[in-house]
Amino acid sequence: MSTTLFLVQVLNGLQLGVLLFLIAAGLTLVFGVMGFINLAHGVQYMVGAYFAVAFYALTQNFLLTVILASASALLLGLLFEVLIFRHLYDRDHLDHVLATFGIILFLNQATTVLWGPEPLVIPEPDFLSGSIPLVEGLLYPVYRLAIIAVGLAVAGLLWFMVTRTKLGMLVRAGATNLEMVSALGVNIRRLFMLVFGFGAMLAGFAGVLSAPIFSVEPGMGDDILIVAFVVIIVGGIGSIRGAFIAALVIGLVDTLGRSMMTDILKLFMDASAANQIGPALASMLIYVLMAAILFFKPTGLFAPGKTA
Amino acid sequence: MKRYFLAAATAVGVMSGSVALAKPVKIGMLITLSGPPAVLGKQLRDGFQLAMEKLGGKLGDKTTELIIEDDELKPDVAISKAKSLVGRDKVDFVVGTVFSNMLAAVFKPIIKSNTFLISPNAGPSVFAGKNCNPLLFVTSFQNDQNFEVLGKHAEQQGFKSVFLLAPNYQAGKDAVNGFKRQFSGKIVDTVFTKLGQKDYSAEIAKLAAAKPDALFTFMPGGMGVRFVKQFRAAGLADKMTFLSAFTVDEATLPAQKDAALGFFGGASWAPNMKTPGNAEFVAAFEGKYGYVPSVYAMQGYDTAMLLDSVIRKVGDNLSDKKAVRNALRAADFKSLRGNFKFNTNQFPVQDYYLMKVAKRADGKFQTEIDRKIFSAAGDFYAKDCKMSW
Repeated sequence: MSTTLFLVQVLNGLQLGVLLFLIAAGLTLVFGVMGFINLAHGVQYMVGAYFAVAFYALTQNFLLTVILASASALLLGLLFEVLIFRHLYDRDHLDHVLATFGIILFLNQATTVLWGPEPLVIPEPDFLSGSIPLVEGLLYPVYRLAIIAVGLAVAGLLWFMVTRTKLGMLVRAGATNLEMVSALGVNIRRLFMLVFGFGAMLAGFAGVLSAPIFSVEPGMGDDILIVAFVVIIVGGIGSIRGAFIAALVIGLVDTLGRSMMTDILKLFMDASAANQIGPALASMLIYVLMAAILFFKPTGLFAPGKTA
Repeated sequence: MKRYFLAAATAVGVMSGSVALAKPVKIGMLITLSGPPAVLGKQLRDGFQLAMEKLGGKLGDKTTELIIEDDELKPDVAISKAKSLVGRDKVDFVVGTVFSNMLAAVFKPIIKSNTFLISPNAGPSVFAGKNCNPLLFVTSFQNDQNFEVLGKHAEQQGFKSVFLLAPNYQAGKDAVNGFKRQFSGKIVDTVFTKLGQKDYSAEIAKLAAAKPDALFTFMPGGMGVRFVKQFRAAGLADKMTFLSAFTVDEATLPAQKDAALGFFGGASWAPNMKTPGNAEFVAAFEGKYGYVPSVYAMQGYDTAMLLDSVIRKVGDNLSDKKAVRNALRAADFKSLRGNFKFNTNQFPVQDYYLMKVAKRADGKFQTEIDRKIFSAAGDFYAKDCKMSW
């Protein structure tokens, strides 16, 4: 593999990583601060993408679509919080899993009924379409570069909010010791609602961003949810910094694994065997990584110290 | 006297009863109607029902009951639905399935019940060779054949190097083998991806670096939508020829749109084909369902027409398996594909074409026939089938 190809694959890995981060950020906060297992986080990503399809059909304007779809994802997240999730916080994890799994089934079916089972897409905005030559002979789509930039910007913004604002301080404090924060007179319910809605919006935003490059279809959030859980486990539950670093690591490991594993195996076994084993091994890599990290650091890389 | 009257009344009652109870023909349809791949099942069902509507809601001029079941693309669900179709509903024919792995699952329970299984789409190699069965008919194709079309085309075009890309499961491996059976040039790389993969950026970067004359890929459904868009966005469409099967068709084109324009596929039929009745079929289909029919819709339509011809011939003797089999083998119906007959393994012998994606005057997209690749072609496995006709 040449250096230029390697660089392109690193960019691909980064792009997957920032998308994963947008999804995992909300998941890790909800899980870490509220102790709530939200399996429906993946369908919020899907719903974001479907909102994008709907609003693009209405407005034909990509930027407006991003804003409207993200706002709708936020509203839907808040609606779910008020109607369903807040009644479950005091119950045990199995109830969380059951209720949120029910939401997955409901929303997957609802999108099928509303939009049909066929894959949908929206076009990339004109000013971000096409590709540019990064190095001699290798083109890279502008839109993917834009995703990397936007993802990094959101990460920066989140970092600022979590470390430099009062709300962020409360969130960090909540992840460490919830009872104490509550005892100090903070309205925990409202904090939960904010965290939840914000997480849902980020997932929806990731769905909107990915709509032009992936196909929008029922069940599209289910696979990505599993990877998002891997990210928050590796990064440490409740840690935004952990989620960011873990998302980039997972994105890079997955992408580089897929592109290099078969070639590496070909060095010491014959081509057909490598073609058999390579793809299987590559798709396992991130789980192997997670298992290794759990073995050496069971709370993940950057888990906030729990004192409760 | 009174007794006679009663007897007569009973006789009348019984007779009229027997008229009212004239057994309808029962067709069980077992296809995938949930999840993203449901779009293929929907096309099949709509094609089949359009044919029935054209025939006045009947098959072979007999009252017909169509029972549609969804296999959910899960083998266990497919098996239990298949069992209830042949056990509880006692259908005369099972029409199914869309996917090859579903056919493998339902094959045994249906064949064991001595019911005819007509596959309107799935044509796996396992049942085409030495495991061919007198109760199984396939009206679509043998899976490999569509892949061979592209291999043959690449060979005839004299492409020096081809890059192969397919999902890592049985049909993906069949695609690669089918292509290689016809192509003798250099395969620069064979890459298998995860089934249902979202992002192909890693594979596309490899493809760009390999600089082959052509790419051959098999990415059905949503995978094809994602891959085609990402391939086009990476600027590779101008640098190599895009050859594919089941990747750019009327089921995926509404989402791929311009991104797939000019890309090649292989199939036995296209909406613009000039065969008797085809233009009417396409117009009626679009009028009723509001979308462009794909090869799946055509297969559903043809399957209904085949069954119509069989029931017309056999009449009330649907339990006479030998008569039904002979009527099926005769394939005495007008296929929208034109030439159609059954091979000794009861898979089709038909023509295959290179397809090219085109934009119609009304802005919708469809595949159009570029040129014929195979004439009256049977499949590679038929020679191993020891069925006597």
